[in-house]
Amino acid sequence: MRRWELVLVILLVAVCVTGSFVSPYFLDIHNLFDSTQAFAEKAIVALSMTLVIIGRDIDLSVAAIIALCAAIVGWLASHGVGTTGLALASVAVGTAAGAFNGAIILRFRTQAIVVTIGTMSLFRGIAYAMLGDGAYTQYPEGFEELGQGYLWGLVPYELVAFGILAIAFTLVLHRTVIGRRLYAYGNNPDAAHYSGIHVDAHRFWLFTVNGAMCGIASLFLTSRIGATRPNIATSWELDVIAVVVLGGVSILGGSGSMPGVILAVFVMGLLTFVLGLMNVPGIMMSIITGFLLVVAIATPLVLRRLMPRRVG
Amino acid sequence: MRSALQRREAVLVGILAAMIVVITVRAPVFLSAGSLDTLATDGGILAMMALVQMIALLTGGIDLSLAAIMALVGMVTALMSRAYPELPVVLTLVTALSAGLVLGAINAVLIAVIGIPPIVVTLGTMSMYRGAVFLVSGGTWVNAHEFGHAYLAFPTARTLGLAHITWITLAVIAAGYVFLNHTRAGRELYALGGNRVAARYVGISESRVALRVYCLTGTISGLAGYLWVARYAVAYTETALGFELQTVAACVIGGVSTAGGKGRVLGCLLGAAFLVIVLNSLPLIDVSPFWQMAISGAAILAAVIVNSRDEAPRGKRILPRATAAKEPA
Repeated sequence: MRRWELVLVILLVAVCVTGSFVSPYFLDIHNLFDSTQAFAEKAIVALSMTLVIIGRDIDLSVAAIIALCAAIVGWLASHGVGTTGLALASVAVGTAAGAFNGAIILRFRTQAIVVTIGTMSLFRGIAYAMLGDGAYTQYPEGFEELGQGYLWGLVPYELVAFGILAIAFTLVLHRTVIGRRLYAYGNNPDAAHYSGIHVDAHRFWLFTVNGAMCGIASLFLTSRIGATRPNIATSWELDVIAVVVLGGVSILGGSGSMPGVILAVFVMGLLTFVLGLMNVPGIMMSIITGFLLVVAIATPLVLRRLMPRRVG
Repeated sequence: MRSALQRREAVLVGILAAMIVVITVRAPVFLSAGSLDTLATDGGILAMMALVQMIALLTGGIDLSLAAIMALVGMVTALMSRAYPELPVVLTLVTALSAGLVLGAINAVLIAVIGIPPIVVTLGTMSMYRGAVFLVSGGTWVNAHEFGHAYLAFPTARTLGLAHITWITLAVIAAGYVFLNHTRAGRELYALGGNRVAARYVGISESRVALRVYCLTGTISGLAGYLWVARYAVAYTETALGFELQTVAACVIGGVSTAGGKGRVLGCLLGAAFLVIVLNSLPLIDVSPFWQMAISGAAILAAVIVNSRDEAPRGKRILPRATAAKEPA
């Protein structure tokens, strides 16, 4: 196990130990499983965002894609579309939005950060234009089961979905040629290009997959909260990026691992849960997230400077 | 010969003029003194902040924390005004500038001394500063009637016919123009953003530039935080939420490259003017304000696409492109 993942495991253990000390409700298996629902949606997007960031790109529009999917799903639901149709629509809209990002970035050879700042306004803007200050609250019978239901009465479907996707993404990144190529072009796009890797095609598909993950996350989110307003999932993009960076992925691309990100997801998620049990206001979590983000990146850099380079 | 940026600015001026004509024809009230005044004050803060964002972008960095600094400094000055309503404005201004400088210096040290990429640092401090607003205020709001009189009156009071907020904006813009175009430190930003390696070889210290840049963005954000809170007469945790992206958007529309090294004060101001007109004039021409966000998003994308044609190719082709060999029949 690499050093960074070890640090995250220690953090995770620390969070769990603290949690069980501060509240008798923490180590309850039902509570623990329930708490995962609150972060599973962000976690799903973090999986694909990891690939995007390793490939030297970034997608700031993820929360806006979630809002767009939610708005369109809400509109369809209020026009009598059933649960299956809604699920397909959510993923389709997310995929299309992601493909749109990818197409603009690659066709016009521009930076992902500016394009996705633009689509962030555009996608959420469409949700605002559709909804105004209203909300969609009419969903078909059984739709809420997705975000609120349990497998065997214990494991939330959201966690199951996250688990399956996490395994899939881990395999793709660490066990397939797609993953190897991703590291290659994340480290040096020009060298990768001259080695015959279709860098642009890879990047396009990553943005598309990232959009699809937003569609899935949006579906669970709308199902869980049962209402859609255009400000749904506001500023989630920053939470998602923070968790990816905390998971040890370099914002400059080319390095990082999926297990690291998955560990970071649980560290942040359970930490939020513990703070909730301690009645700490939610906004405190943003201080802690920011602090962890900076400290996590700064520590290795400071250590490297303090300790004179030995070997390697 | 005119540069690509100047051509862009000319196009942008044309678009702005067309927008103003269309809006005025549909709603003559747009050109009334009151409406223009609102544009100038709302636009002033955006123009000022877009300018400092541009300074960060020129070096190839970015400051995502500036809206959070505005909220935190705005809240601190508001709390001071609530506790001591008689506080002279000079002290408020000094507090705002120095609190902004301290917050900016934290960013600067993390970026320049420790060496963390600016986007990560300012993403982190953005969360922390925003949370700190909640901490210092206990989650409460400071409302219009709780401020001292001088605190609220200063930015909108007039000298020589212009609101102080407008004077401050003009001063910041003028200082920014001189700094970027006529000082060594300003030219170093372009050099560094244009070619990091070459800049190092001519002796430009990357960390010294970064220290300067992020202290500067912090300081001006502090000032803007006070102006924002006084202008809207309320301070709360979500003050100026998402404003950092508006400043980036104004820069992008104005032709500033997020990759660094490219951007002019005029373009940046035109970009800010464009955004402010789009955001403020929709209700005048009977477009639902709920379309604001989608329209500004579309405008940013359009600008990005237009910019992309001006970006110079990364490498120079030294061999002719291979053409399909035509065998003589």
